[in-house]
Amino acid sequence: MSIFGIPIFPDQASTFAKDVDALYFFILAVCAFFALAVAVSVIYFGIRYHKTHDGEIGARIEGNLPLELLWSVIPTVIAMVMFGWGASVFYHLRRPPDEAMHIYAVGKQWMWKFQHLEGQREINELHIPAGRPIKITISSEDVLHSLYFPSFRTKMDAIPGRYTELWFEANTPGTYHIFCTEYCGTNHAGMIGSVIVLEPSQYQAWLQGGGLEGTLAQRGAKLFNDQACVTCHLDTGQGRGPSLKDIVGTTVALQDGSSVVVDEGYLRESILNSQAKIVKGFQPLMPTFQGLISEENLVALIEHVKSMSPKATTAAPAETSRTPSRGALQPTAPAGEKK
Amino acid sequence: MLDKLKIPEHHYLNNGHSLKSWLLTKDHKRIAIMYLMSISVMFFIGGLFGVGIRLELATPQGDFVSADTYNKFFTMHGVIMVFFFLIPSIPAVLGNFLIPPMIGAKDLAFPRINLISLYIYWIGGIFTLYAMIAGGVDTGWTFYTPYSATGSNTNVIPTAIGIFIAGFSSILTGLNFIVTIHRMRAPGMTWFRLPLFVWAHYATSLVQVLGTPVIAITIVMLAVERGFGFGIFDPARGGDPVLFQHLFWFYSHPAVYIMILPALGVQSELISTFSRKRIFGYSFVAFSSLAIAVFGFIVWAHHMFVAGISTYAAMVFSFLSFSVAIPSAVKTFNWSATLYKGAISFETPMLYAYGFMGLFAIGGLTGLFLATLGLDVHVHDTYFVVAHFHYIMVGGAIMGYLGGLHFWWPKMTGRMYSEFFSKVSAIMVFVGFNVTFFPQFVVGYLGMPRRYHSYPDEFQVLNVMSSAGATVLGLGYVLPVIYFLWSLKYGQVAGPNPWGASGLEWQMQSPPLTENFVETPIVNTEPYEYEHVVVKEKHLV
Repeated sequence: MSIFGIPIFPDQASTFAKDVDALYFFILAVCAFFALAVAVSVIYFGIRYHKTHDGEIGARIEGNLPLELLWSVIPTVIAMVMFGWGASVFYHLRRPPDEAMHIYAVGKQWMWKFQHLEGQREINELHIPAGRPIKITISSEDVLHSLYFPSFRTKMDAIPGRYTELWFEANTPGTYHIFCTEYCGTNHAGMIGSVIVLEPSQYQAWLQGGGLEGTLAQRGAKLFNDQACVTCHLDTGQGRGPSLKDIVGTTVALQDGSSVVVDEGYLRESILNSQAKIVKGFQPLMPTFQGLISEENLVALIEHVKSMSPKATTAAPAETSRTPSRGALQPTAPAGEKK
Repeated sequence: MLDKLKIPEHHYLNNGHSLKSWLLTKDHKRIAIMYLMSISVMFFIGGLFGVGIRLELATPQGDFVSADTYNKFFTMHGVIMVFFFLIPSIPAVLGNFLIPPMIGAKDLAFPRINLISLYIYWIGGIFTLYAMIAGGVDTGWTFYTPYSATGSNTNVIPTAIGIFIAGFSSILTGLNFIVTIHRMRAPGMTWFRLPLFVWAHYATSLVQVLGTPVIAITIVMLAVERGFGFGIFDPARGGDPVLFQHLFWFYSHPAVYIMILPALGVQSELISTFSRKRIFGYSFVAFSSLAIAVFGFIVWAHHMFVAGISTYAAMVFSFLSFSVAIPSAVKTFNWSATLYKGAISFETPMLYAYGFMGLFAIGGLTGLFLATLGLDVHVHDTYFVVAHFHYIMVGGAIMGYLGGLHFWWPKMTGRMYSEFFSKVSAIMVFVGFNVTFFPQFVVGYLGMPRRYHSYPDEFQVLNVMSSAGATVLGLGYVLPVIYFLWSLKYGQVAGPNPWGASGLEWQMQSPPLTENFVETPIVNTEPYEYEHVVVKEKHLV
């Protein structure tokens, strides 16, 4: 939206946009009311009670307790409404629906790399279908970044060493901005791209065009062989490492007596810092892959492992890795940050 | 009548003319004057970087300076303005000068420590200026890891050391104020007779003393991380990059209140003096300062709603953040109510006070947008945030500082500045500020991220408005330098109480004696009593 050619309001291209904008206009109205009330009263008082002669002093008024309470309580109530409304929109923003289509994003100085499960890989461009919830799992190859879709009203930081996620449902086909909003060095302003929202049929056509290396899980399967994971992680359970068949979403017992739910965060940790959590009954033999595997290959491997658990098609992944009990303080990152 | 007034024969400015008499002084007023000169230099340097930013952003292409240079511009702008101008501004200049006389004391509790804090500030400043001359730093004033630890090839450590050192100056000043306010009050100067300026500084000092050590420790951690690869913030070594953000904002959010609380104190003095009326709801205004200082410590993670903290943590911090809004609103309503049935006049300081109310209201209200979770996700790290904190820090803190400087200038120097030019400057600052920063709310909601060297074409018109406004704002800041310097020699002699104000500081001669009061005053009236002031004024004239 624009006035005299000056844009004043961003496109609304996701199902969130209307919710967030409604909240925005509510707060704007409240703020405009209070700002105007204060402005009008101070200007009116300034004129009405202008000093008329030298030596004049103001009326002797100490204060007024009921008035003080009134203007403490009313803003408190209004603030609580804002809080509640904002929290409910936020909660919705943070809960991807189970059926969401999954895409991986990796932030790297200074580009965004996107990987579709079907195998397509894109840089600074993201093709998605309209009318379908989409969940993006985000990681970083080097420093902090933040994946921002202004027309969808959502963003999430990319944090080295862990997965974060965001979701949205685009509802208007078109091309919109992607920005990096966490300062990341020299070419931060160049870390921008476009998200291209297609009609579902167009999206299917687009999918047919690429995917030369097979799906993401197939690429992961190849890595699973190349990195010799397959020599220990036998499907039979007889190998030196635990079988990875049907484990995603299950709870496994660990050597130290605790247990862990197998999700993307745990798989990531087990590859990069393999000694951190040893499954009960196994020896700590696995070498660390810290610094030996890129973020992009890591997600391919994880997708492969997930494909070995067909029943658990959508384990709730990054949400759990975001809780402080796991993930946040765990050593799970690739080494090799830029020096 | 006024021209009969003469500058008194003896005062703190002519009590010794040698350089040594300044550099080794223990007089809080001379130290305040040296702070005034130092922070003015820093403001000028920080302002030049701001000019560089606005020049670059006048066009969408990054065509004025290179991306690396631009990144250094906004980093140095932030570092210098925050740590070397805003944090010391009102406390070290106006607080230093005025707290002792306002409570009827002859100096601060620890005059030598006061002088040491100035030297510490200078040493910190020299480190940071060295880092600037040696090539600058490009991490942003927030120094987020891992970029600041492993990504940046610029002078991170010298700059950080400069901030580390300057922090001690802030701690010592705060400590000095706390002890002074507790122990040095004149007979009869009870806690509830203290000017609200003193209450605001008391709250500020608590934050300085409790918060600043945290940034010091954080800087040490960053230095060992960068210098020796400790791995505190490096996930590959078992660290966490987000931990840095928690530590940084644990200080840096309260630091916002170090900047704004003293300005709120100045505001209370101005509103009362120029409406010749007792401040409405004195105790509410006093306690709201303390409430802001306390709540300020428990809201830090609202800077991190999209930094991977849990959904529930985000909700708790959002809830707590709204709690800061209440005392701020209470203050604004009380200032407005003070004007009711006052005897209001619009000398220059009052123009600043009115401007302050407008800008602080917008700055505070837009904070509500950012505290609201669902909305913050969209506007976080966009120009909306840049506009919001400039409304608070520039619109609030600098308006307060300038208003205070114009108010107490006759006390500090004994002379008046040009009424006409100072009003022109106040209006230019207000208008220029709004033209600069209001469009940034709009461009922020459109989605323009902060710290961008270049940007998509559709944001240009709003950015050009910003740059144009900055020109007016810049001129508005230069003007006072000229008429203040002019006033030192040619200004009309002010006399002890040119505004008919009620505080104890106005009972001293202008400029004051080195010892402030010949006899310790005895206080037997409530604060902001104008009846006896008027009588005295007539008697004097």
